[in-house]
Amino acid sequence: MAPEERACAGLFLAFQYPVEIPGVNNIYLLKAALNAIRKSRGEDPLDAVEFMKLVRERMKLVKMNEDLMNRAVNEGFSGGEKKRNEIFQMAVLEPKLAILDETDSGLDIDALKIVAEGVNSMRSSERSFILVTHYQRLLDYIKPDHVHVLADGKIIKSGDENLARELEERGYDWVKKEAAAA
Amino acid sequence: MNAAVDNPTEPGVIEHYQSEYARLIGELSHDPLRDERKAALERFAATGLPTRKVEAWKYTDVRPIAKRSFDNLQPAPAVDDEQIKELRFGNLDCHELIFINGRFNAELSRLDELASGIRVRSMAAALAEQSSGIEDRLGRCLKENLHAFTDLNTAFMQDGAVIEIDHGVNTDKPIVLLYLDSATEVPTASHPRTLVTLGQGAGATLVESFIGLDDTSENLTNNVTEIELADNSRLDHYKIVQGGLKGFHVGSINVRQGRDSHYESHSLALSGNLTRTDINTRLEAEGATAILNGLYMIGGRQHVDHHTRIDHLVPHTNSEENYRGVLDDNARAVFNGKVYVHRDAQKTDAQQSNANLLLSKTAEVDTKPELEIYADDVKCSHGATVGQLDETALFYLRSRAIDEATARSLLTFAFASEVIGRIRLKPIRERLEHIVLGKLPQTKQIGEFV
Repeated sequence: MAPEERACAGLFLAFQYPVEIPGVNNIYLLKAALNAIRKSRGEDPLDAVEFMKLVRERMKLVKMNEDLMNRAVNEGFSGGEKKRNEIFQMAVLEPKLAILDETDSGLDIDALKIVAEGVNSMRSSERSFILVTHYQRLLDYIKPDHVHVLADGKIIKSGDENLARELEERGYDWVKKEAAAA
Repeated sequence: MNAAVDNPTEPGVIEHYQSEYARLIGELSHDPLRDERKAALERFAATGLPTRKVEAWKYTDVRPIAKRSFDNLQPAPAVDDEQIKELRFGNLDCHELIFINGRFNAELSRLDELASGIRVRSMAAALAEQSSGIEDRLGRCLKENLHAFTDLNTAFMQDGAVIEIDHGVNTDKPIVLLYLDSATEVPTASHPRTLVTLGQGAGATLVESFIGLDDTSENLTNNVTEIELADNSRLDHYKIVQGGLKGFHVGSINVRQGRDSHYESHSLALSGNLTRTDINTRLEAEGATAILNGLYMIGGRQHVDHHTRIDHLVPHTNSEENYRGVLDDNARAVFNGKVYVHRDAQKTDAQQSNANLLLSKTAEVDTKPELEIYADDVKCSHGATVGQLDETALFYLRSRAIDEATARSLLTFAFASEVIGRIRLKPIRERLEHIVLGKLPQTKQIGEFV
């Protein structure tokens, strides 16, 4: 599947390093994205008024400054603003499955809380999240249902949130040894 | 380089121009330029048109022009208001001079309500006047920049415009010169000359728009513009070329700048068989600033060449240059930006950049920034890039449900917008956005983004 087909099917990827795209307006991109997804579902596009209402509502989730909305995509954004923009886009696009790729990297604790609150507010039985992270810290704010340890492209151990705590204490070596022994 | 030894213009063609010249001289009852024309034609006959062995024409082959015997005297074909309605700057409150195949058309033009201190007339009218003194003013900006095409212009000029703004007069109303080219039975060449003079502290906006009315025309527009900016004056200058696919355009803009004067140029080459624009500005007094912006965007087998030259002659002069190009299919572009910092021009601040986007494997660009610096306390930088669309940006957009074709067009538009966005005059900016959008696939889809 092409990336755009995946997006229309309900997949959202929050990038580890969101790209700056000079000349492409943040808000117009988001409108086009939302309406492309709606179209693929056979829904009518939102008009400007409906769209802006939705945008304002979702912006509050991640405490985005409205000025950022009218700038070019991620251009001149700080690291934290870029990550918040990703979560904001996710909140508008309402995917079925969201993959958050190291969303916690490079975030200070306040920004991390905001991002986590955004994710938590979107949790529902209709939506799944895959958080990719190296650290426990993010999981203090977002309680995972399942934790999987990935090594060399394979899941080598699974558990619940306690597994993440154990990893934080003991590191990864024991898991790898366990997997090698098995 | 002296090209006399290697004259590419077939002798028959030079003879043709000579006989055309004799015909012109015979037709003119009053000609203040008799001596200038004769000297220019003699220079032209000695060298012919430049070959690719001449450095400034190395990447632009003018043989398609050299091999044609243009009619240089043909009167303009009839064009009515209905045909050009869409091409006027309708939403722009402006003075508008319309030229058909280089000839001023008073009926189609709008030259009423000129404020006091502003004089605008056709070059034909100025040349017809007794003792207008025009001969003394023509060529003053041109003498360092002569070549075969400017010589042909001098020899054959019959029309164009003379624009004079008195000292202290600032006009909000842009002056638009709209040059329309219509196909003729025999290919014709027109040689319009425009003379612009701004007095001390004057301010104005000039738009020169060259549009081909049809793609069958093989006509040549060989334009020369001379601009004199007195101390503390300011000119915003837009040149837009949208030639027909078989049409030829060669033009040169020649500027002389006084103390604290500000010249801002936007040169946009958007279509045409062969389009060459030279922009030469001389910063002759302290505080003079030149800003040159440019965009070329072509496909097919079209060819665009920009040659710019900025002479920093005295201390404390500034220049900034920003050119971008988008090339598709087998298109070819040339950018040569020369910044010449003379020995006494200390504290010069000169920046130059040229970025190119190649949308196909067969498009080609030859870019050459040139700094020649003879002063030792200056700040100069230049850079040139040639590249493709950014794959990570493309993937990012596609991950946001934007289909590939739209994402490509969008990124291309964004690249071009960097230059268009610098245009302050909104009606012109919007028109150019519209034209650029129209050149891209997925126009409708990306229209929603802007």
